[in-house]
Amino acid sequence: MVTTGSQQALDLVTRLFINPGDVVLAESPSYVGALGVFRAYQADVVHVAMDAEGLIPESLRETITTLEAAGKPIKFLYTIPNFHNPAGVTLSWGRRLEILDICRSHGILVLEDNPYGLLYFDQPAPQAMRSVDDEGVIYLGSFSKTLAPGFRVGWALAPHAIREKLILANESATLSPNSFGQFVITEYLDQTDWKGQIDTFRHLYAERRDAMLSALGEYLPKLSWTKPEGGFFVWVTLPDELDSKAMLPRAVKELVAYTPGTAFYSDGQGKQNMRLSFCYPTPESIRTGIARLATVINGEIDLLQTFSGANLTTPIPTRSSVTTPPPNTL
Amino acid sequence: MTTPLVPESLRTVTVLAGGISHERDVSLRSGRRVADSLTAHGISVELRDPDATLLGHLSETRPDVIWPALHGASGEDGALRGVLEALDIPFVGSRATAARLAWDKPTAKALVARAGIHTPRSVTLSHDAFRELGAVSVLQAIADEHPVPLVVKPARGGSAQGVTVVDDIAGLPRAMVDAYTYCEDVLVEQKIVGTEVAIGVIDTGDGPIALPAVEIVPRSGFYGFEARYNAGETRFFTPARLDDTVAAAAAAAAVAAHTALGLRHLSRVDLIIDAAGTAWFLEVNVLPGLTETSLVPLALEAAGYDLGWLYAELAQKAITDHRA
Ligand SMILES: Cc1ncc(COP(=O)(O)O)c(C=O)c1O
Repeated sequence: MVTTGSQQALDLVTRLFINPGDVVLAESPSYVGALGVFRAYQADVVHVAMDAEGLIPESLRETITTLEAAGKPIKFLYTIPNFHNPAGVTLSWGRRLEILDICRSHGILVLEDNPYGLLYFDQPAPQAMRSVDDEGVIYLGSFSKTLAPGFRVGWALAPHAIREKLILANESATLSPNSFGQFVITEYLDQTDWKGQIDTFRHLYAERRDAMLSALGEYLPKLSWTKPEGGFFVWVTLPDELDSKAMLPRAVKELVAYTPGTAFYSDGQGKQNMRLSFCYPTPESIRTGIARLATVINGEIDLLQTFSGANLTTPIPTRSSVTTPPPNTL
Repeated sequence: MTTPLVPESLRTVTVLAGGISHERDVSLRSGRRVADSLTAHGISVELRDPDATLLGHLSETRPDVIWPALHGASGEDGALRGVLEALDIPFVGSRATAARLAWDKPTAKALVARAGIHTPRSVTLSHDAFRELGAVSVLQAIADEHPVPLVVKPARGGSAQGVTVVDDIAGLPRAMVDAYTYCEDVLVEQKIVGTEVAIGVIDTGDGPIALPAVEIVPRSGFYGFEARYNAGETRFFTPARLDDTVAAAAAAAAVAAHTALGLRHLSRVDLIIDAAGTAWFLEVNVLPGLTETSLVPLALEAAGYDLGWLYAELAQKAITDHRA
């Protein structure tokens, strides 16, 4: 079924399955736009841990067990297996199979959101989960990242019974997705070497990813970050004492911006993280941006060090007990 | 057509808005509002984002008046105004030197205090002082000498960014860190408990006069960045709920501060009125926000001004002052 971007597919699926209080499992962190949809339908989003290979099956099992014990209805697992937004990581093939098994045995639907899959750098991402399970997976695709987001054209590939319901829901939501955009895209796919165009994008983004990773290594060697094999994003972890959200206006003042990690959690986590996007700026701008970011981060760490260990006493000593010179003589 | 007559000398105005700062959006809204008001008054207005092509453009087009609607550094610290002076084109608002003095909060406080206006007790410290003298001892000295509640703010900067109210002295170190991330000098000021007001001061040729005070009542108790730019976060009372003598004294203090700092045309003075009715000077803005929700337009509307008329008068005054 064609949708108004995969964003609309997220909305339709959530509308169809979620009653207020139902659980949606999502990676930790997860896509901000999806979290917004889940929140709008009052879903209870429960994050499941990830590592460099994506969602961790063991954590998924534990989370499901805990939720089931608490009697919580789990409706679906929302996952971005390829070149994750915002984490940049990719779910390994072995884990895909394991996660499908877990979900199947607990009767949990998988919502596989894959807008970045074709934008790999060195080698293609593993096959879609949908390719081995056409009963338990709704797969979402989009032209937003491979052609242009402005067309607002995406698609959902759903098990038959769900598909019927999605079509009805889509009709009542928008009557029909933008057909002009679909004609243009059809023409584009017929008449141009669109695969070649995607190859051009892949090389462009790979170069930018390289620029970002090498600049991070050079300017911020003490931080840690993910190493994306495709897509747009690097996920950076800051030292504990920093707060990415509080730091953002200071970064903007230095003419560099990022998305604070808190946007990608439904439960207030993410202060220690930031999402950096390398898709738009040139490699030179990326270097400049990371250098500026380093100025902000190092400045903040330096200040925190200056003021650490200052445990001021309360109640304040009375004036007569002041032995230090008054500050205005400093 | 009821387009009002515009003097010969005032045909074209270039409004500068945008710029690269966290106040960019506010500036764009201010600029658009000024531009719309002037256009409705029959003036031909051009809205420009300052960039590398600006100066060439201005010296080519030579508008009758430039209206800088840029908030934050460069717009308010005098840097851009210095350049406009060099271009020798009339502009609305304070000159570079006055703007520079007003932008630096400790300097502005000192000048205003010298003119006999109250301003809360404070101390200003550079980041270097902490490094050299050791943060722990300096902080303890501040704590000993300045009882809470305190307000910690960057010495230069706008929109309350980096500002913290310290009610418990244990929060002072963190507040210093937050302020120093915006500016290498930090002002630690005694917090006066009272009614927060903003008073617009305008001068269209007959000397500076105060607009009705706008009383600010933030929902969270603190008029910070969020409270400033999100609808519903703050309640305003125009005119402020002050009795007449207190209101008159506050208005006089605002005009006196504007004059003491050598400001011209337009400013907004932020004051706190304590329980005894004394007005305490906090800071002044040489380019107050002029968006549809900003304080000065609120006050202008309350006082019955037509914005287009007033903004044209200010532009005209800029021309007169430039000739003088
Ligand atoms: C993971 C993910 N899903 C969905 C979307 C929305 O895509 P569309 O433009 O197709 O609605 C995005 C866009 O940022 C995304 O990153």
